This record gives sequence, C-alpha cells and structure tokens, in this order.
Amino acid sequence: MAAIKGSRRRGIALHLPLIIGTLLSAFPFYWAVIMSTHSSSEIFAYPPKLLPGTHFLENVRNLFDAIDFFGSMWNSLLVAVSVTFLVLLFDSLAAFVFAKFEFPGKNVLFGLLMVIFMVPAQLSVIPQFVIMAKIGWIGSMTALIVPAAANAFGIFWMRQYMKSAIHDELLDASKLDGAHFLRQYWHVALPVVRPGLAFLGIFTFMGQWNDFAWPLISLTNPDNVTLQVALSQLNGTHGTTDYGIVMTGALLALVPLLIVFAIGAKQIIGDLAKGAVRG
Amino acid sequence: MAVLEQTPPAVAQPSPTRPKKGLRKYWHLYAAISPFYLLFLGFGLFPVGFSLYLSFHRWDGLGSMEWAGLSQYQYLLSDGDFWNSIGNTLIIWVLATFPMIFLAMVTAVMLNSAVRFKGLYRVAYFLPNVTSVVAIAIVFGSIFSTNSGVVNAVLHSVGIDQVAWLNTPWGIKVTIAALMTWQWTGYNAIIFLAGLQTVPGELYEAARMDGAGPIQTFFRITLPLLRPTLLFVLVVSTVTGLQSFSEPQVLLQTSSNDSTFAGGPGHSGQTMVLYFFQQTFDNNDFGYGAAVAWGIFLVVVLFSIINWRLVQRRGD
Repeated sequence: MAAIKGSRRRGIALHLPLIIGTLLSAFPFYWAVIMSTHSSSEIFAYPPKLLPGTHFLENVRNLFDAIDFFGSMWNSLLVAVSVTFLVLLFDSLAAFVFAKFEFPGKNVLFGLLMVIFMVPAQLSVIPQFVIMAKIGWIGSMTALIVPAAANAFGIFWMRQYMKSAIHDELLDASKLDGAHFLRQYWHVALPVVRPGLAFLGIFTFMGQWNDFAWPLISLTNPDNVTLQVALSQLNGTHGTTDYGIVMTGALLALVPLLIVFAIGAKQIIGDLAKGAVRG
Repeated sequence: MAVLEQTPPAVAQPSPTRPKKGLRKYWHLYAAISPFYLLFLGFGLFPVGFSLYLSFHRWDGLGSMEWAGLSQYQYLLSDGDFWNSIGNTLIIWVLATFPMIFLAMVTAVMLNSAVRFKGLYRVAYFLPNVTSVVAIAIVFGSIFSTNSGVVNAVLHSVGIDQVAWLNTPWGIKVTIAALMTWQWTGYNAIIFLAGLQTVPGELYEAARMDGAGPIQTFFRITLPLLRPTLLFVLVVSTVTGLQSFSEPQVLLQTSSNDSTFAGGPGHSGQTMVLYFFQQTFDNNDFGYGAAVAWGIFLVVVLFSIINWRLVQRRGD
C-alpha cells in the first residue's frame, strides 16, 4: 500500500527535527561537561574545544579550594530536604481536611488560599527580610526553611488529588472501626495519594534546590550560603573568573537534581501534564 | 469557580450519641490546617500589608521611617530607570515567549504523531527545565562568550562577524531570551502534548477524508482545540517571564561594574525585578523598593489580563 511506502519518509521527516531538538536540549549539558575538563586558558582558545580535555580533576581540586563546596551543598540539602518534608506534611494534612471534611469557615479559608496563589514574591521580600532581621534569622538556614514550610500550590494540588482518590466509603468504614482523624490521615489517606505526594515532593525539592533570589538576599555571610549562591559568587566576585572552575561547579551542582529527576521523571512529566489539562 | 462549590457535609457528622458544642468538635480540623495559615499570616499576609505601608514611607531599613505619602509613586511614574527596566523586561519576554510557544507547539504536534521513542523524547525535552538557573546561566554565559563561545564560532564558520552578546544592549536581551527559551520550550511542549491527547482522533480522520492538508488541519482543528492549553501556557509564561531575575543577574554580574543588580552595560539587561533589588538592597531604599514592587505587580497583572483577553477573544 502507498501508506507503507510513504511511512518511512514520513518517519524521517518526523524524527529528524525531534532529534535536532533533543540535541539542542542536551547541548548545554554537553558543553558544561566539556568545559569542566579544560583549563581556563584552553577554554579561551579559538576555535572552542568540543572534545574533552584532561583537567577535570585539577578543576575539581581548585573548585574545592575556591569555595566550601560541600559546606554549601550541605546547606542546600538541609534546606531542600527540610522544606520538602514539612511541605508534604503540612500540605497533605490541610488538603485532606479541605477535600474530605466540612467545618464552619471552610469556603472562606479555601478562597483565601486561592487568593494567596496570586500574590507575587517581590511584594513580601522586603518585609520578610525585615522580619528575619528582627528575629535574628538572617544568615541562617531557618530563614529559608520556615517561610517555605507550607504552600498554597501544594494544598490545592493535593486537595484535587485526594478528592478523587480517597473514596468516602473507605473513610466511613475506617470511622466505624473507630479510627480518629490522624489515623484516617495516616492509614487511609496517605497510602492512596502516594503518587501525588511524590510529584509534590520532587517539585518542592527541585524548587528549593534551585532557589536563588531569597538565599542571595537573606544569607548575608558569604561563608555560609547555599550552593546556588556560592556558584554565583564564584562566577562574579573573584575578579578574573576561572571558567574551568566555574563550569565544574555548575556541573557538579546539577548532579543531585539530575538524580532526583531520574528517580521521578515519569511521575513529574505525567502528573505535570495531567495538572495542566485539568487546570 | 468550580473549586469553591458547596458540598453537603457527608463525612464529619457529629456522632449522634455525644453531641459536642460549637466549634470545639472541629478543633482537630482547624489544627490540621493551622500550620499553613500561621505561616501565611507571618510570612504572607503581614508582609504584603507591611510592604504597602512601607511604600508610603521613606526608610533605609535602619533609621526611623518618614511619611512620604504618594511621593514615591509619583517618582516611580517619572523614573526613567524603572521605565527602562519595564521596556527591557517586555522585550526579553517577547523575544523568549513567541519562539518558545511556537517551538513548543511544533514539538508537541510532532511528538503526538511520533510512535517510537516518545518517552525518551519527553525526558530529553523536559531536562532543561530541571536545571538550576544559576548553573545554566553560567553555561550560557560561556556559550555566548564573545571570544570563545560556541555561538560566535558557528557564526564565524558561516562568515558572520563576532557579536559581543553580553556587552551590547540587544545581545544581552537575545542571550537572556535564548536561555529562557531553552529552559521552557520542552516544558510547554509537554503541556501542549497533554492538550493534544484530549483531541479526539476522529476529528483528524474526518479532516483527512475531506482532503485537508497538515497545515489546514493544524489551523482548523488543532489550534482551536488547544486554546485552553495555550491560555494556560501564555499566562504562566507571562507571570514567570515578567518576573525574570536569576537569568540576567547571573549572566551579567561579571560584566556589570557598579552593582550586583545593574543588569550589564547601560542597564540594558536590567529587568524590573533586578531594578527592584537594586533600589532596595544596593541603595538601601526600602520604601522606594516597596513602591517599585507594587509597580511590578501592577504591570504583571495588566499584562496577564491583556493576554487573557487576546487569547479568549480569538475564537469568538
């Protein structure tokens, strides 16, 4: 049939642009890997190097000399893990209540939640900075963890999930068995919504790991910062920037993210698309 | 709104044997939602109110506040640097958003008809979105570097002169826009793809029977049915694009001498949010910074409404 004859040409016409797109998506990663294996002078050579060099270990050593890489990475991990844990706990608790229970003021409180969605971040930056300064949290990771410990997006997301995933009969049955609120939450609700929690958790972790503006402002001591801030210091303030080091740092800072993404890729892409079409 | 609809109380009925009085029987529900609302009070509601209050005052963050009335807003309206930052932001937003949406749509349509490697492509296209802006801005700074960047090397090989991407007003904007396009195209493609998959296959079948070509099919069937998704993508990219901060901050901090938030030579890469940070934390002008923040808020709201209107009206 004619359709089969034409399908190969169609396949090429389809896959060629898709492959080019894939290469463009991947190129900056490749570039970072290549640059991290060259010395600074090689990086500034013309034409640019497109194949790996031999200076990777030297760059890593210099990187660890230039900034407290593991210290700032530890700070980033501490913040990202704490925030993720707290967000999962607080958001799922609140979402469970909004999805499955009735109480006075529910609609007002939920409406308020939707309004909070719309408030842009810059409006609260200055007051947050002033509050943090007043209570002495400026310069500490607490300033990053506490304000981020619960968010409207997560509650909204989990509520939608719980509404459809947790059946009322299941809750009624557990109630007849004498389960109290916390038992219902822990033993009935949470196990059912694990995919939703996974998405929210990965999303939160990546958001925290990548956050830049607020840590840049609130972590005033250059020796105690998150990885993103440390990297940006490396890029700017050292006078003549050593690109070999900077690239190596940028590359190593991506590794934890890529690991988290590899673990949750299916979840993220699938759920993200679902959420967008629904919304 | 559908999310606010009233549902009949079905689950949390008070037990018939021991009725409790008043709100006390709901205490565990209030306790469960309280962490969010307490955090919101302290770090959301109070700050927004305080920033409004601040915007009517002169304050350097240390001394005493001084009532300024509307004068900071008056100054904002005549502040050339603020208007410059609005212009920069809008140009960067246009340069990034339209190629991004076009590419995302084309990619989504192709992915939708591709049978093999679908999962692989999705991961590859989504990957740019999970990277940290700081790390990737550093990488882009090197790719667009004047002397050793790969972009100039490619241009050179086809006989085009070097472009000082990070040191010319347009070069800066194109570089920032390229970074944003790179980071968000795949993300939006996947969202479009999800929208495409809700389009019933019979529609395409019918179009083919009627002899419609791929381009006709796209404009007559795919695009109209994608309108809700397009609206979502456009609103999200307006809100995020107009608040761009990390990209110019990291890309341009090496080339700017006077300030961390200056946005490169001639402030030509200074976005609205960069300007906000400059006024607040470089100049220690907390009061004026607050006024700038409200100005940005208004611009973002205005453009979100305009976008909304444009996309909504098109099919009517």
